[in-house]
Amino acid sequence: MRLISVMRMETPDETLALAAAGGDRAAFAALVTRHYDRIHALAWRLTGSAADAQDLTQDICAALPAKLAGWRAEARFTTWLYRVVMNAAHDLRRRQMTRSRAADGWGDWEIARQDEASTEREARLWLEDAMARLGPDLRDTVALVLGEELTQAEAAKVLGVSEGTVAWRMSEVKKRLRRMAQEEAQ
Amino acid sequence: MTDDLDRLRAALQAPPPAPGSQARMAALEAAMKNFDDLHDAPQGIADAPRSSEASPKRSGLLSGVWTMLKPLARPGVLAASTSVVAALAAVVVFSPDWMPRVGAPPLAPQPAAAPEMPVAEPEAVVVATPQAKMAPASEAPMMDMVAEESAPALASPPAQSRAEAPTGLAEDAAVGAAIVAAVPMEGEIAPAPPATTEDFANAKANHVKVTAEEPVSTFSIDVDTASWTVIRQSLNAGTLPPAEAVRIEEMVNYFPYAYPAPEGEAPFRADVSVFETPWNAGTRLVRIGLQGRLPAIADRPALNLVFLIDTSGSMDEPAKLPLLKQALRLTLPQLRPEDQVAIVAYAGSAGVVLEPTAAGDTGAVSAALDRLQAGGGTAGAEGLTLAYEVAARMAGDGEVSRVLLATDGDFNLGISDPSELIDLIAQKRESGTYLSVLGFGRGNLDDVTMQALAQNGNGLAAYIDTAQEARKVLVDQLSGALFPLANDVKVQVEWNPAQVAEYRLIGYETRALNREDFNNDRVDAGEIGAGHQVTALYEITAPESPARLTDPLRYGSEPAPIDAAELGFLRLRYKAPGSADSTLIEAPITAQNAPADADARFAAAIAGFGQLLTGSPYVQDWDWADAITLAEGARGDDPFGYRVEAVNLMRLAQSLSQALSPR
Repeated sequence: MRLISVMRMETPDETLALAAAGGDRAAFAALVTRHYDRIHALAWRLTGSAADAQDLTQDICAALPAKLAGWRAEARFTTWLYRVVMNAAHDLRRRQMTRSRAADGWGDWEIARQDEASTEREARLWLEDAMARLGPDLRDTVALVLGEELTQAEAAKVLGVSEGTVAWRMSEVKKRLRRMAQEEAQ
Repeated sequence: MTDDLDRLRAALQAPPPAPGSQARMAALEAAMKNFDDLHDAPQGIADAPRSSEASPKRSGLLSGVWTMLKPLARPGVLAASTSVVAALAAVVVFSPDWMPRVGAPPLAPQPAAAPEMPVAEPEAVVVATPQAKMAPASEAPMMDMVAEESAPALASPPAQSRAEAPTGLAEDAAVGAAIVAAVPMEGEIAPAPPATTEDFANAKANHVKVTAEEPVSTFSIDVDTASWTVIRQSLNAGTLPPAEAVRIEEMVNYFPYAYPAPEGEAPFRADVSVFETPWNAGTRLVRIGLQGRLPAIADRPALNLVFLIDTSGSMDEPAKLPLLKQALRLTLPQLRPEDQVAIVAYAGSAGVVLEPTAAGDTGAVSAALDRLQAGGGTAGAEGLTLAYEVAARMAGDGEVSRVLLATDGDFNLGISDPSELIDLIAQKRESGTYLSVLGFGRGNLDDVTMQALAQNGNGLAAYIDTAQEARKVLVDQLSGALFPLANDVKVQVEWNPAQVAEYRLIGYETRALNREDFNNDRVDAGEIGAGHQVTALYEITAPESPARLTDPLRYGSEPAPIDAAELGFLRLRYKAPGSADSTLIEAPITAQNAPADADARFAAAIAGFGQLLTGSPYVQDWDWADAITLAEGARGDDPFGYRVEAVNLMRLAQSLSQALSPR
């Protein structure tokens, strides 16, 4: 048993995914356990909301078996997974829009805990402010490039845009952060 | 500057709020539960994550939705499979009522592949479906909504990213996506357009061809107009449209022109004029205009319409299902008592919503439309098959049957294999039931699949964003969309090297045919419907023109033209509906063909507008202001105000692009 799980840990994602797509339950379990945190982290970086991130992760996990059945190993598993998360987040945004909730913001997390250290709170507020200025496309891009440390090429694949677009978006992010810093300085 | 980025990186990499062990367990549990449901495996095998509290209640539904959504998850495959002649690149082809089925752009460099699908399986994960209330389907709120959308105008896409793309079209399919990103005005946060999963079909812009090397240009007709609508919608929302959404032939063909009507029994007539190119003094434009015979409305055959309506959760937006209902209501008064209407819904309220009903019974039809509700994830399996069955029941001798699919892009029609779907549609086309596709709403618009379906169904693919557009597409053009005059219409122009050193077809990239396809009646092409018009523009350069881009060959063989004065020779092939053999029409193109009238100048202005939008290298010193001036001076009668609208959109594009220019 232990031996098997060790082997599983070393098995590449792609191999596990193929096995899981073919109905290998243990492979699927290993895969989803291995990537749960990754899914959750990206969901949080995309939404800025602990509640949304949790729901999104739940829904993605639930949808994974069916999604995986169509796995064709055409991309790296993580790229594919990031794309699944990205699409789920977009879908969430769309639905939030139909409920006429502000789908535009990033953040919206619970009221800060009273005992939160003031530096932490400051950092969090800064992040919320910065993300709000970026708009959905730029937020998605920084979540991947800065948050997940994907290369621009990988991020482009996940986002379904060209590398040039990602590069442009990152330069736009820089510009806006600079503007934000200038405002702060004033 | 990098400090800012580092700061953002650090903040983003700070550990996210912990999901909580219960949430984690619940998610893993749901995953395993669905895995078991899917694979029918026994529970509780070795290393499955376990949890003491099971809460996989939503999962069964989701798994069901997924199975249903999977089918057409890869539109690229679908598009590629429509290509009858496998040639260099898989080009997605389009059309309304004329559609070529072949895509082989002469110079497309990539090996066959699906366009723009970097990663497989990009379907959005559908989570719980909201059951929000429908907006009332009246016209007023619709317009309000559009106005609201344009409020944050002047968002600024990246000017420099356009400049980066060397030929303006090549790799900037993706640059377009960047352009969607809105940039806030000073100090305030402009709402950016929502991220989208749209997928547009396009191919690399046509290059200049050297007549001596490649004297013959062949393409299929296109009367589609979806691209114009998408462009308009983007501009009104305050962003320049993604370059890959710009298809110049569709822009030009959006507008009605006063071409002479065909004489006698001919289904259409070709009209050619040659005039100076507005954006280049050293070249000339050759406009080829085809006018389909105007429909004899009085003796049209009885019509059977089956509306196949997507009622999936994503249709639950004001610009989707409510607008769709409104659009369909608009068509009712255009129908005759002997016409029949049926409604089939897939996803949501699935099944036959309205059994075949006489079109005169507007009360029943209207009530059925009211019953349609978006939401839920009921499997829409066999939606399309069902629609065809209903259509077959309605068909009578000499009647015309059409299935009109209305959707926002989720083609979860319940057929798992794209080629199977294509086969089904093609087979029904042969039996006389055509399929048209109406796209609603932006954000999930699957242009590629939409075009591929309509093209195989000999139908029209149109995108509807406002009640006004619904009227134009469904009402004004109902007759054309529904009554084909000629099938497989192909155009071939042979240029005379003595008069034309270089030429370039503007637009029609997705419609290119191989030279040999022209005479091959098995190669499919576009259809032309009653009253339809098609316009194609070539830019040609005379051998002695200073605007010539290539040098003459030193050792080139001397051409021996039959008639040195002719610019070229136009050949058209078409098949009468129901006929397997094509008819040929031939006419020389001479420099004396009619000079530029208002129609020709307006078409040129629109073509120039399209090239400005795509950053075409062929439009150098000519700018938005020139396009506006040209279009303004060529408005003509414009009874429906389409041209005024175009001029206003050009102004909007001008402001947007100026707002983006690097300072």
